[in-house]
Amino acid sequence: MSKADLFGIKIESADDIVVALAGNPNTGKSTVFNSLTGLNQHTGNWPGKTVATAQGKFAYRSKNFILVDLPGTYSLFANSIEEEIARDFICFGKPHVTVVVADATCLERNLNLLLQIMEITNRVVLCVNLLDEAKRKKIRIDLQKLADFLGIPVVGTSARNKTGLEQLKYVVEQVASKKIRPTPFIINYSQKLEKAVQSITHHIQNLVGNEINNKWAALRLIEGDKLLLSSMKDFLGLDLLQNDQLQKELFAARSLIETVNTFEDLSYEITAAIVWAAEKISQNVVTIEDNSYNQLDRKIDDILTSKVFGIPIMIALLGLVFWITIQGANLPSNLLANGFFWFESRLTHLFSQLGTPIWIHDILVLGIYRTLAWVISVMLPPMAIFFPLFTLLEDLGYLPRVAFNLDHYFKKACAHGKQALTMCMGFGCNAAGVISCRIIDSPRERLIAIITNNFVPCNGRFPTLIAIAGIVGIGAAGAYHSFTAALSVLTAIVLGVIITLLVSKILSNTVLKGLPSSFILELPPYRKPQVGKIIVRSIFDRTLFVLGRAVAIAAPAGLLIWCMANFSINNVSLLTHCAQFLDPFAKFIGLDGYIMMAFILGLPANEIVIPILIMSYMAKGSMLELETLTEMRQLFIENGWTWLTGICMMLFSLNHWPCGTTLWTIRRETQSWKWTWISFLVPTITGIVICFITAWTVRLLKLI
Amino acid sequence: MSSCLNSLNQMPIGSLGIVKALTAKGFIYRRMLDLGLIYGTKVEALRRNSAGDLTAYQIRGAVIAFRLEEAEKVLVEQII
Repeated sequence: MSKADLFGIKIESADDIVVALAGNPNTGKSTVFNSLTGLNQHTGNWPGKTVATAQGKFAYRSKNFILVDLPGTYSLFANSIEEEIARDFICFGKPHVTVVVADATCLERNLNLLLQIMEITNRVVLCVNLLDEAKRKKIRIDLQKLADFLGIPVVGTSARNKTGLEQLKYVVEQVASKKIRPTPFIINYSQKLEKAVQSITHHIQNLVGNEINNKWAALRLIEGDKLLLSSMKDFLGLDLLQNDQLQKELFAARSLIETVNTFEDLSYEITAAIVWAAEKISQNVVTIEDNSYNQLDRKIDDILTSKVFGIPIMIALLGLVFWITIQGANLPSNLLANGFFWFESRLTHLFSQLGTPIWIHDILVLGIYRTLAWVISVMLPPMAIFFPLFTLLEDLGYLPRVAFNLDHYFKKACAHGKQALTMCMGFGCNAAGVISCRIIDSPRERLIAIITNNFVPCNGRFPTLIAIAGIVGIGAAGAYHSFTAALSVLTAIVLGVIITLLVSKILSNTVLKGLPSSFILELPPYRKPQVGKIIVRSIFDRTLFVLGRAVAIAAPAGLLIWCMANFSINNVSLLTHCAQFLDPFAKFIGLDGYIMMAFILGLPANEIVIPILIMSYMAKGSMLELETLTEMRQLFIENGWTWLTGICMMLFSLNHWPCGTTLWTIRRETQSWKWTWISFLVPTITGIVICFITAWTVRLLKLI
Repeated sequence: MSSCLNSLNQMPIGSLGIVKALTAKGFIYRRMLDLGLIYGTKVEALRRNSAGDLTAYQIRGAVIAFRLEEAEKVLVEQII
């Protein structure tokens, strides 16, 4: 009987077969998962953890299978939360079958994890994936021989071409229904260690019964694995630390071993035995016909991680992605906006026919509906273009190379090299950027990356930056003008990156003290991307996910914005009252009260900051846009703008609180209000300080 | 064949070494073992990043990059 429900896995009926999917990172495990479950999946977090989980369903031979995607790990020694989760699920969640996905082009390393899992459970199936890649590289694997060595069923697959998946389902069903009973190959340790293990196995058996593999548990306890003890307490209700006799026997068992190996360390002996076994098996089953099989990867690396071209190529690629996003989003954004406004007029018509009071119409249509329509039409197209492009780079295997090129700068800032990737993601959307910080495995560096993600301007802030840059630079005519705008945006990005590094450094020296932790980066082989899947996955996993959160925040915000603009005291709207209240402070840092209010009311999405500002200046009751930049410039100048106001507004747009969606995501990812508040305050204070310095430098130097 | 041990970061790009000892501790030590970096493992230095503080190595069929601080903690005997 599976106990997967302990881990938040939803099981519909007692007959459901629970299948765990384990594997190293970069083995195509998620492709196997997606190919088996299609869109029948559900993502979330492991209970009480910030690690993502995915479960999916598939039916085979009229049986219902629940597939649980475990975090990708190199081992199960519980070095990280991911490993702890994977191990606990296999050990205490008791899946009916555990499928280990291995990369055929790197089988030896992948066997380590498999051998560790085979120590925990008998019901294991090995899925040797990426056979097509292996074939292309002329790496041949004798699957039958491999199965004989391991004593478990082995299935070869190329999940992205859907080959081998039927066979995999068949074998999984056979193992689940006990028609195939795997007899995993057992690792032999040194005589002394085996004897020590044996001396306590019996006692563990008495205490735990057959709930878990007793030899494996004995090995872990001798090794001094405290996390396993606490997991046993959590899942089996057994506190073995309190068991004096076991503690005595453990002590006796450890004295049997003394020090036996090169690194004088038991963990070493255990791991080495596994690594050697993997090496031996792989030597017997893998034939590399062409020793230069990875020449192509190396040649691509020569270019993409070149000391000279690496960084320029990266900038060019990112620039291209932004350009395609901004250019491509224009038309669909306009179409969507037109569609939404057409529907708005229909709504208005409907309301007037029904005879609803005008204020209800205004709140619902001009307040909530218009804000929602605005957020969707400006956010959806750029995200629907940016995320697939970004996922494409991810799928190709390019992103780890970016981390490789840029690690130096992040190391200097006491941060993690992979923060570069989370920043790239942040250009698309800071909320998605914050989620992507999951790839950083050390908690300190991950928090730094989350808190500073907002310093890279997202898609939503580009339009503001471009518009204001256009207004400031409008004095110059023609081509020169668009050049100024582009230059300003580029400056904003560079500034964002510099501020990120500086703030990371400051955080490392204050609230998140610590040396840069270990950084080990795998550079996986380049792979042919699966374009169709990229589009589907990036739309579902990223675009709609972020949009959903944005909509949930925009609706109440729309109501608030409308109320602020339409309720008045002494004939002056609440919005103006607030703006007047904020005005002295805002002027002090180079802005004005209305700009400050626009940023505050723009919390649901940065895209609506300018529409709110225009609404406020024109003293209208709902958000609107102007046809041309010249009109906008005229309006702003009438309201006391100078070029300094423009610059300060751009700076404040770059450095202020994260939008509501991002804050919500930060709360979810850190599971902490404290870090959410810090993520709010850090960029806000930075923005105020930078605007203050800029404004007063200009004023004191009498440049204005 | 030289018998003196170098640390991994001293290996020139393109050279091949055999792991003789790890001096890393804790998490990083465990992680190195998980990558199969045990006594006798062959390691090839593949490439360095532009700042020179991150180096990619070929280890048991995978390409893994270590920072200077980590590479220092792997002692190898250079064979080529």
